[in-house]
Amino acid sequence: MDITESYANRLLIAEKERVGIAALTDENPSFSTTDAYAVQLEIIKQKQQSGQQIVGKKIGLTSVAMQELLGVDEPDYGHLLHGMVVENGSEVSFERVMQPKVEGEIAFVLNKELKGPNVTALEVLQATDYILPALEIVDSRVKDWKIKLPDTIADNASSGLYVLGGTPKRIDKIDLSQVGMVLLKNGEVVNTGVGAAVMGHPANCVAWLANKLSEFDITLNKGEVILSGALSAAVNAEPGDVFTAKIAHLGEVSVRFSS
Amino acid sequence: MNKTEIAKFLLDAELERQDVVKITANKVPDLTVEEAYEIQQELVTLKLEQGHSIVGPKMGLTSRAKMKQMNVEDPIYGYIFDNMVVQDGTAISLSDFIHPKVEAEIAFILGKDIEGPGITGAQVLAATEHVVSALEIIDSRYENFNFTLPDVIADNASSSKVVFGNLIRKPEELELDLVGTTLTINGEIRDLGAGAAVVGHPANSVAMLANMLHRKGDKLKDGQIILTGGITGAVQLSNGDVVSAKLDGLGEVSFSVKE
Repeated sequence: MDITESYANRLLIAEKERVGIAALTDENPSFSTTDAYAVQLEIIKQKQQSGQQIVGKKIGLTSVAMQELLGVDEPDYGHLLHGMVVENGSEVSFERVMQPKVEGEIAFVLNKELKGPNVTALEVLQATDYILPALEIVDSRVKDWKIKLPDTIADNASSGLYVLGGTPKRIDKIDLSQVGMVLLKNGEVVNTGVGAAVMGHPANCVAWLANKLSEFDITLNKGEVILSGALSAAVNAEPGDVFTAKIAHLGEVSVRFSS
Repeated sequence: MNKTEIAKFLLDAELERQDVVKITANKVPDLTVEEAYEIQQELVTLKLEQGHSIVGPKMGLTSRAKMKQMNVEDPIYGYIFDNMVVQDGTAISLSDFIHPKVEAEIAFILGKDIEGPGITGAQVLAATEHVVSALEIIDSRYENFNFTLPDVIADNASSSKVVFGNLIRKPEELELDLVGTTLTINGEIRDLGAGAAVVGHPANSVAMLANMLHRKGDKLKDGQIILTGGITGAVQLSNGDVVSAKLDGLGEVSFSVKE
C-alpha cells in the first residue's frame, strides 16, 4: 500500500469509527497540498466503489479570515456525495457527525458544464441554472480540528453534510456580492455576512473551482451542486441545536441536531 | 457632582479636539448610567443653546460583540445635531477630530411620533417614512477610546459626524435584517455584515430606543432621522482614506479623509 492509500484508509477509518486522528502534517511535515488532493481523490474513489455518487463540489477557505487562520492565500475544494444531503428542516443524528460546525452559504446548480482553465465569473453566472440558500455542516476527521491546509484537503476539505433550502432562484436579478445572510442558532443571531465575504463575489469562488479542477482534468458538470463558501464564520454545533440561515432574496434553510 | 460642569468639560474636549481621561477615573468614580444620561442631557442643552438643532437620536452598542465587550444588556443612545451632518461624497478633515472611526449603518426617517413603552419592531416599521444608508463617524472624547459605560453615555455616545446616502427607500420594500453591507476603504473591504447584526433587526433598535426614551418621559418625533447602530465594526480613519459603504438595495454612501 502506498502512502496515499494508507492516509486515505486512515481517514476513512476515522470517519467510520468516529475517532479523530492526529494531523497528517504532524507526522509528515513534507505532506504537500498536491499529496493531499491525491489522498482526497483516493477517498472519493473508494467511496464511489462502495456506491456513493458525486453530486457536486464544495469550496472551502474562501474568506480572508479563514485563509489567514491557516496561513494560505487560496481556497480549497472537496467533493459532495449523495449521502451527505440532509433534507431542509429535518433532524441530523449526532451519531452521523464527529465535531460539527455550521456555516451559511449560497449553493449554485449548473445548467451546463464548466471546464477550466480561464473560466471567468461571468461564465459562471451564464452557466448557473439556479441558486439556493445552503447550510454546510463541516466536520473534521482530524482530532480537535488541529488542521493545516494539506490536512483539510486530504480530509475532503472537512466536508460533512449539507442542507439546501429555499426556492430555486435565477441569478440574473440578484447582485450576489451584496446579498446579506444571517445565521441563527436556537433562534439567536450568531453572526451575519454578505456575498462579498467570499472572494468578493460567490461566482468568483466557482470560477476558481472550475480552474483549479482543470489541474486534475476534472470538469464541473451540468446539474452539479456547488457550495460556494461560508458567508460568515463556522459555528460549533452541540446536540439539540437548531440552525437557520436566512439569505436575502433566497429564503431560508434550517437543520436540527438530535439531542 | 456638578453635571453642567462635566458636560461643559466634555463639550470643550470636543470643540478643542483634545482627548481627556475618562470622567469615572477621578471626577465621578461612582457615576451611574442614570446620572450619565443626565450629564448627556446637559450636553444636549448646551449644544441647543449654541444654536444647533437635533437631527435625531442614535443608537450605540447594538451588536452582541460590543454589548458583551462592555458587559451590558441594552444598547445606549446619544444625539446627532445638524452641524454633524456631512454631505455624501465630500471630504472630512482629520484636524476636526481626535481619533475618528467609521461604521456603516441604516438610518430610519420617521413619518410619525413613536412613544413607548411596549413598542415593537413592527410598530417602528409602520411609523417609518423611509430608510437610508449612513456612514457614522464616531470620535470618543476619551483617550484611546478607553471608557466605561457611564463615560460613553455622558460623552453623547461618541457621536461626531454622519454621512447619509441619497437613495431613500420605503422600509417595506426591503428585508432590513438581510441587507448585506460592505465597508470599503481605499478599495479594500474592511468589514461586512447584514442588518441582523443590529439587535436582530434594525427596527428592533429603534423600538428599544423608543422604550428607553419613554422611561425619561420622552419620545421619538415625526421627521427625526435615527441611526440604528453599526452593522459593521468601527474602523479607524487615516489621512487619504476613501471610504464607502454599499448596502443592498440602499445604494452607496461615501466620503474621503484629508488632513
